[in-house]
Amino acid sequence: MLAPADGGAVTVPDLLARNVARHGAKAAYREKEFGIWQSWTWVEAAEQIDALAMGLLTLGAAVGDHIAVSGRNRPALYWAMVAAQRIGCIPVPLYAEAAAEEIAYALDHCGARFAVVGDQEQVDKIADVRDGLTALEHVIYLDGRGLRKYDHAAMTSYADVQKAGRASGLIDQVNARSAARTYDDTCVMLYTSGTTGRPKGVVLSNRNVIETSKNSAEFDHLRPQDEVLAYLPMAWVGDFIFSIGQAMWTGFCVNCPESADTMQLDLREIGPTYFFAPPRVFEQQLTNVMIRMEDAGRFKKWLFHHYMAVGRRVGPLLLDGKNVGLFDRLNYHLAKLLVIGPLKNTLGLSRVRVGYTAGEAIGPEIFDFYRALGINLKQLYGQTEATVFITQQPDGEVRSDTVGVPSPGVELRIAENGEVFYRSPGVFVEYYKNPESTASTKDAEGWVATGDAGFIEEGSGHLRIIDRAKDVGKMADGRLFAPKYVENKLKFYPNILEAVVFGAGRDYCTAFINIDLTAVGNWAERNNIAYSSYQELSQHSRVLDMILGHVTAVNESVAADPMLAGCQVHRFLVLHKELDADDGEMTRTRKVRRRIVEEKFHDLITALYSGAAEIYTETEVTYEDGRKGKITATLALCDAVVAAEHQVAAE
Amino acid sequence: MADTEPYITADGRQIGGVLMDMRGITLRFGGVEAIKNISFDIREGEIRAIIGPNGAGKSSMLNVISGFYHPQDGEVWFRGEKRKPMKPYQVASLGIARTFQNIALFEGMSVLDNIMTGRLTHMNTGLLAQMVWKGRAEREEVANREIVEKVIDFLEIQAIRKTPVGRLPYGLKKRVELARALAAEPKLLLLDEPMAGMNVEEKEDMSRFILDVNDEFGTTIALIEHDMGVVMDLSDRVVVMDYGRKIGDGTPDEVRNNQEVIDAYLGVAHE
Repeated sequence: MLAPADGGAVTVPDLLARNVARHGAKAAYREKEFGIWQSWTWVEAAEQIDALAMGLLTLGAAVGDHIAVSGRNRPALYWAMVAAQRIGCIPVPLYAEAAAEEIAYALDHCGARFAVVGDQEQVDKIADVRDGLTALEHVIYLDGRGLRKYDHAAMTSYADVQKAGRASGLIDQVNARSAARTYDDTCVMLYTSGTTGRPKGVVLSNRNVIETSKNSAEFDHLRPQDEVLAYLPMAWVGDFIFSIGQAMWTGFCVNCPESADTMQLDLREIGPTYFFAPPRVFEQQLTNVMIRMEDAGRFKKWLFHHYMAVGRRVGPLLLDGKNVGLFDRLNYHLAKLLVIGPLKNTLGLSRVRVGYTAGEAIGPEIFDFYRALGINLKQLYGQTEATVFITQQPDGEVRSDTVGVPSPGVELRIAENGEVFYRSPGVFVEYYKNPESTASTKDAEGWVATGDAGFIEEGSGHLRIIDRAKDVGKMADGRLFAPKYVENKLKFYPNILEAVVFGAGRDYCTAFINIDLTAVGNWAERNNIAYSSYQELSQHSRVLDMILGHVTAVNESVAADPMLAGCQVHRFLVLHKELDADDGEMTRTRKVRRRIVEEKFHDLITALYSGAAEIYTETEVTYEDGRKGKITATLALCDAVVAAEHQVAAE
Repeated sequence: MADTEPYITADGRQIGGVLMDMRGITLRFGGVEAIKNISFDIREGEIRAIIGPNGAGKSSMLNVISGFYHPQDGEVWFRGEKRKPMKPYQVASLGIARTFQNIALFEGMSVLDNIMTGRLTHMNTGLLAQMVWKGRAEREEVANREIVEKVIDFLEIQAIRKTPVGRLPYGLKKRVELARALAAEPKLLLLDEPMAGMNVEEKEDMSRFILDVNDEFGTTIALIEHDMGVVMDLSDRVVVMDYGRKIGDGTPDEVRNNQEVIDAYLGVAHE
């Protein structure tokens, strides 16, 4: 058994106590409310947590109980997780926007007795499915708006629970329970979003969370003065590690935005020094910047493009500490003064010291754009089962096509079929109530299958991921089929939001494309193209032409790779609706569920291979409130231009 | 006259006694009688709708309530007292706030500043104190801003707090107008076609806000609306007007089955 990473701290509450002692008067949490950033010091946060912990005791929370937490990122909900840990309970954060039946599945699966939720929306969702949940005893809500008329027999406000807790004086019991926890007890349980099948409850121990937080915090030299913006779903392992694990380990401040819509404004006001975002957020930011620049005057446009070019050339070199000539240095300073500095400020990224992106591949142009701004944007590769970190890019070795070197303490192994395996202190304990899946994912020696195919690059030691191992297949003629590789190339065009490529066991590849309404809508406006709906815009002949151009360009670049040349897209269609998590086509973390898309739109796939010119289709859609409806459309099926494959020189 | 005992509605809201009583109101513009001898009351805590075909006199009625128009005949009783003819700002300081059919916001000002104007009747410091802006004036502004921020939070418009109103889409402008009226912390809130020109989603949002305002703050609401579905869902009692006359008054169900109302809406063959 390894000793705990930091003297006596074996649990998150231990780290909290350490932070209270070390940085007591420093801001620990901030939340914008009523237009003002409200803040809590470590001392104040600890008091809030204790009050809730005592309150949960008065409600009868027992050691080992699961406590579900659901809502948008708010300090009080983070406290609820730590309060649960204080009294030996296991916090289970859930996706706030999950549909009622998904919530029901998770609550039922973990047998949660208590749920701490944000507002009426969450309360309603639980109320809808409560009849089936025998274990659920009490719902604690944060924002009582609209709940006054509800039956309060099994429902209490957060503040009232805290009040009851403070009045109870059970602090000794809380401390005793806290002290009894060990390094190998469960710290948190997180449900994986699951690209296939039912979500699985990943059990992470205190050891997993604390060791990983320590290693990763040291890797990036995180400091107590750092600031993060907590805006990603609390149920996602990344947010748990950043906003609780690393925050508790280093003692930095967690800032919560006012609402989901104000994230960009709040980002600007806080100016985080450590920033994490999935590629989608960076893509959106870049798209917005580009759209606004299109509308700018000619001089401004020139200024922007000229100095961004300088940034692209010099910025990454400076970040990597390479030698840069005096002229370039001066030029870059000028660029910083005129374009880059103000732009970074607008984006809220002026102070970013360490930025990460993960979850999906990021387009090289997007990556280069942020690097040109002098933002130390790096990639990491991880998963819930690894407590996030598997590989990450060290400062000075950042590239868009790899995911970096193994994180501290992680061992990597590539299986014969190309699948990546890892072993680390962060490897999860088990899938809750699912020994079969645990056994098939983690072997006796602790090696975990990632499900991704990749290889370690000679020389640099960086890992490169090709695709999901199970998605990598063979085409009818035996050539390699790696859909993700092509999809990512397509998605790098701002006009394409999502792409799904088919071709396993077929003669050639075909693709579904989702247009990006922001980018294409703006383009349509500038080109005087009238449309009344997403569907109409998606089928507009000029939009189809534009997409055809992108597909052709992608085919050319795919053809250049001899190994994957067979994956060129021969035919494609532009979908009449966005793929959506509410319809089950994507996971809550917005990854395409290939099998479900394949099943749901099998008529469209058949049509693509039949050679028809168009197809009429009906699709069931689910609205946000759970009602179902149907949309019908006639979709054009387009032939793409296929590039000649580069012949491998004959011997 | 319906009895005026307080009662609890099916969904658990408290309805109190009569808040505003309109007695025999007649309003003439020259020879045109816009409102002909109409009486009805608005009770504390209820949502009261005024409906009717175009030109029925609904907006005129709302303007009488808010003190824009002075009726030639009839009496307006508010909180048990007969109201003398008043200027609109005096009516406002009685605790009556309204929104307009055609949005009446300051387009160049930010959302926040627009909503702050809703607090004007609650500001007591003089011009000089405001100019110096120390002590009382500053404290007053802070207190008022706090109320405004609560309204912003309530109507979920945090993201546009600093956006000039002119740049907002129509649906949001309507919401900002509601916010300004709410900032005045009215006893009685008058809404002139709050859903006009909105799409289904915006209507649903607005309906939810109207219900929430009534539920959360206990604000009495009188509204004019064309969308029948909305009116029947939202209101406790409905007054129906046609050609300046009152042709129906009662719960949505009663009104829906009233033959005269059906005739007015569907038309009736004239011999």
